[in-house]
Amino acid sequence: MSTQLPESETETETESDEQAPSAPVQQQRRMERKRARAEEEEREAVEEETELDGETYTLKVFRYDPEVEGKKRPRFDEFVVPYHKGMTVLDALMYARDHYDSSLTFRHSCRQAICGSDAMFVNGRQRLCCKTQLSDLTDPVRVEPLPHQEVVKDLVVDMQHFYDQMDAVEPFFQTNDLPSGLEEQHQTRENREKVKMSTRCIWCGACMSSCNIAAGDNEYLGPAAINKAYRFAMDEREGEELKQHRLEILEQEHGVWRCQTQFSCTEVCPKDIPLTEHIQELKREAVKNNLKFW
Amino acid sequence: MHEHDVVVVGAGGAGMRAAIAANEEGADVALVSKLHPVRSHTGAAEGGINAALRDGDSWEDHAYDTMKGSDYLGDAPAVETLCQDSPKETIQLEHWGMAFSRDDDGRVSQRPFGGLSFPRTTYAGAETGHHLLHTMYEQVVKRGIRVYEEHYVMQLAVTDHEDPEARRCHGVVAYDIKTGRINGFVANDGVVIATGGPGQMYDHTTNAVANTGDGAAMAYRAGVPLQDMEFVQFHPTTLPSTGVLISEGVRGEGGILYNSEGERFMFERGYANNVGELASRDVVARAEQTEANEGRGFENDSVMLDMRHLGEERIIDRLENILHLAEDFEGVNALEEPMPVKPGQHYEMGGIETDENGETCIEGLYAVGECACVSVHGANRLGGNALPELIVFGARAGRHAATRQPETAQIQTGPSAKSEDGHVDTPVTPGEIDAGSEDVVADGGALLDAPAPEVVERTVARENARVEELMERDGVNHAEIRADLQQSMTRNVNVFRNEAGLKQALRDIRAAREGYRDVAVSDPSRTYNTDLLHTIETRNLIDLAEALTLSALAREEFRGAHWREEYQFRDDEQWLKHTQVAWNDGRPDLYYTPVILEGEGGEYEPKERSY
Ligand SMILES: Cc1cc2nc3c(=O)[nH]c(=O)nc-3n(C[C@H](O)[C@H](O)[C@H](O)COP(=O)(O)OP(=O)(O)OC[C@H]3O[C@@H](n4cnc5c(N)ncnc54)[C@H](O)[C@@H]3O)c2cc1C
Ligand code: SF4
Ligand code: FES
Repeated sequence: MSTQLPESETETETESDEQAPSAPVQQQRRMERKRARAEEEEREAVEEETELDGETYTLKVFRYDPEVEGKKRPRFDEFVVPYHKGMTVLDALMYARDHYDSSLTFRHSCRQAICGSDAMFVNGRQRLCCKTQLSDLTDPVRVEPLPHQEVVKDLVVDMQHFYDQMDAVEPFFQTNDLPSGLEEQHQTRENREKVKMSTRCIWCGACMSSCNIAAGDNEYLGPAAINKAYRFAMDEREGEELKQHRLEILEQEHGVWRCQTQFSCTEVCPKDIPLTEHIQELKREAVKNNLKFW
Repeated sequence: MHEHDVVVVGAGGAGMRAAIAANEEGADVALVSKLHPVRSHTGAAEGGINAALRDGDSWEDHAYDTMKGSDYLGDAPAVETLCQDSPKETIQLEHWGMAFSRDDDGRVSQRPFGGLSFPRTTYAGAETGHHLLHTMYEQVVKRGIRVYEEHYVMQLAVTDHEDPEARRCHGVVAYDIKTGRINGFVANDGVVIATGGPGQMYDHTTNAVANTGDGAAMAYRAGVPLQDMEFVQFHPTTLPSTGVLISEGVRGEGGILYNSEGERFMFERGYANNVGELASRDVVARAEQTEANEGRGFENDSVMLDMRHLGEERIIDRLENILHLAEDFEGVNALEEPMPVKPGQHYEMGGIETDENGETCIEGLYAVGECACVSVHGANRLGGNALPELIVFGARAGRHAATRQPETAQIQTGPSAKSEDGHVDTPVTPGEIDAGSEDVVADGGALLDAPAPEVVERTVARENARVEELMERDGVNHAEIRADLQQSMTRNVNVFRNEAGLKQALRDIRAAREGYRDVAVSDPSRTYNTDLLHTIETRNLIDLAEALTLSALAREEFRGAHWREEYQFRDDEQWLKHTQVAWNDGRPDLYYTPVILEGEGGEYEPKERSY
């Protein structure tokens, strides 16, 4: 592939941005040249690839960068990528970035549905890109950042609120009586089975982003955090006293009672965690516990 | 500028264990990581953690298996420490609430794994690493340890003495990915590098995209030798289209491998007459590759791994995750069909040379986890031995960095421990092109013996200048360079190696270096600039790939994972020694140090490895 930059450029005046450390005008020019080159290369690559076997997918990708003049206004960019069997949305995004526009920004790492970093809004639904086959989607494929979260840049959202809600449920094992030395705490197979699904959460944030209640109530703990609390509340090793303490956290005004059983979280969870069921079960525990309804 | 007692770089299993240990010693700890901690690649580990927990098992047996598995290139004091401390550290995880699989009596389950004489692999389904990582992060949150997530560490702030062993590490410099600011971190007591493996040197790997060996490359350029880099583990069971790993647990539970002629080749073709599929990884990977090379593979040069006969109940109970992986990434329903598998890059046995306390030859600089080489895996790592390494040596390094207790190490590190110089004929000159750093000896080098903040400050200034330049100029995109490098490594420095291929790889690495001279970052924004990050990472991959290939070319024998076409035997006479490659004034320097076979109960006698 050619690495020459076409010398075409357009001058755009930009106000100076205090975030941007180097001359904005120069950046702008580089952007323009970059885009021209990208278009050129995309055309070449597509021609090349379509000659080979013809099959392509078109991505319509959300773009936004608060720092770069040309990208401050959100828009969609189109990338046509050559398709091969087994290709995922993440593969396609990486192809677009590595061949057409290296400023295309998204989180990803493991490529195997375990790091939780590439949850996005793909064809109108929260999905893990690495786990989503292009062939399961209708072309063109629209890729947007997770809704209801602030966009940092392109497909990257700010996860801080999600993390804060996680922190709010005391997300760590607590117990008052640990065996000493090399002795293990015992746990029945049944109990491990009971918490098993809840321990699978990879913090992708898809559930939270799909939840109408969470979108309307910023303080609602949300499905992932409640599920995290479930994981400990139902673990017999923590003991009754701590379970009580955990239920109190969950019964607060913005806790389990906010859930209106819409199941959207359960539908999108890439780890198949029965989130709504877990929330319902905690409500039942709370009733047994004879505590407040909000 | 931030200031802490201990700065841990990387928040996988190793980094978080180090941070917790340092915190327990009362140190003010910063955990600096380019990913949020729960995104670290430790989460992908599947099979389990080896620990001698049961009657009938002992740490001595674990140590014996590990020394044998290492093809006698492990250092006995490190191996014995691993095996002695692993039960305690594994139970510690249980006490922190980790969701281990359970036996009927409520104790944690253990299963058989390749190369082990006892079923001592403790596990949580086929997602042990995920549970370990999250359990550890929970403890980090509980203790209120300061986490700087999405901070990319780009340089170590090290003094500039001529002799690496006289240098001192005062901190690190990191790019705050979200804001684009470049910050200094002063570490009063120590810096612990825990940045994980360099699997991205290869294009078919089980490793995450973030596994680019940053920490190892930074330590190397600061003057710490890289040890035994030629020993790269190729896992025998990865999915052909993506490199996603199918846990050794499948074979541990009884899964079988067969070729396109329907033969259970591990037995029928005599690769491992006693244990078949459960032979150690290097043996199985070579067997598969041989089958493929001799035309008995399936498309994509794969063989088949079959677990259907285990029954749905057992599969769901112990290997459920495998069903999902096979389905999502290869489109195979493993309850009804066998899975295609082939060898893929998986683990780097070598890395930053450290002693049993995790300390390097640079004062105040520690390394743990996959980026380090304390020498427990030698020439070949046994499955289930990396996770205990993270927790055992993570804890030791964190503690040591925080307390600076003068506990003397049995393993000597640094150039002064050398036994002989190495020689190797290279087709191109390895190393930096214009030596780059004229005024400093170490690449991380800053200032001879100045107060810590000044050393860090100056490193910050240098990094700012470097980034400015990368962003201002026009040139080549790093992705092209990286792709060429990965392809050459996969073609030439894989399961099977020969002199011509290794030399070709060195030429390609040189070409990558030359190409990198013109590399430029196109994204003009400071906010979340992944183009910039990947560009810096690519240089790290080039340096590590070169160290690896040089080491491999020099080692003229066949040991563990290092197979050489021209040398089909293990040569204990000549090669019972560790390879060291040290960055010396812009050039890699090759030398050797002795292996320590003397353990607590006597010497581990090198024997023929047979399975
Ligand atoms: C698929 C797979 C399965 C495995 N299964 C097993 C198993 O069953 N049993 C076993 O014992 N071993 C297993 N292993 C090996 C083992 O999991 C790894 O060796 C181990 O998890 C590595 O841990 P780590 O803490 O060293 O690094 P990682 O978990 O990779 O963490 C590295 C950390 O460093 C950070 N980082 C990297 N570069 C920078 C930088 N420049 N600046 C700041 N931060 C940085 C990252 O953000 C991350 O937090 C497996 C490995 C893989 C890939
Ligand atoms: S519960 Fe499911 S959807 Fe929600 S964060 Fe966890 S893995 Fe993602
Ligand atoms: S890249 Fe890790 S979950 Fe998709």
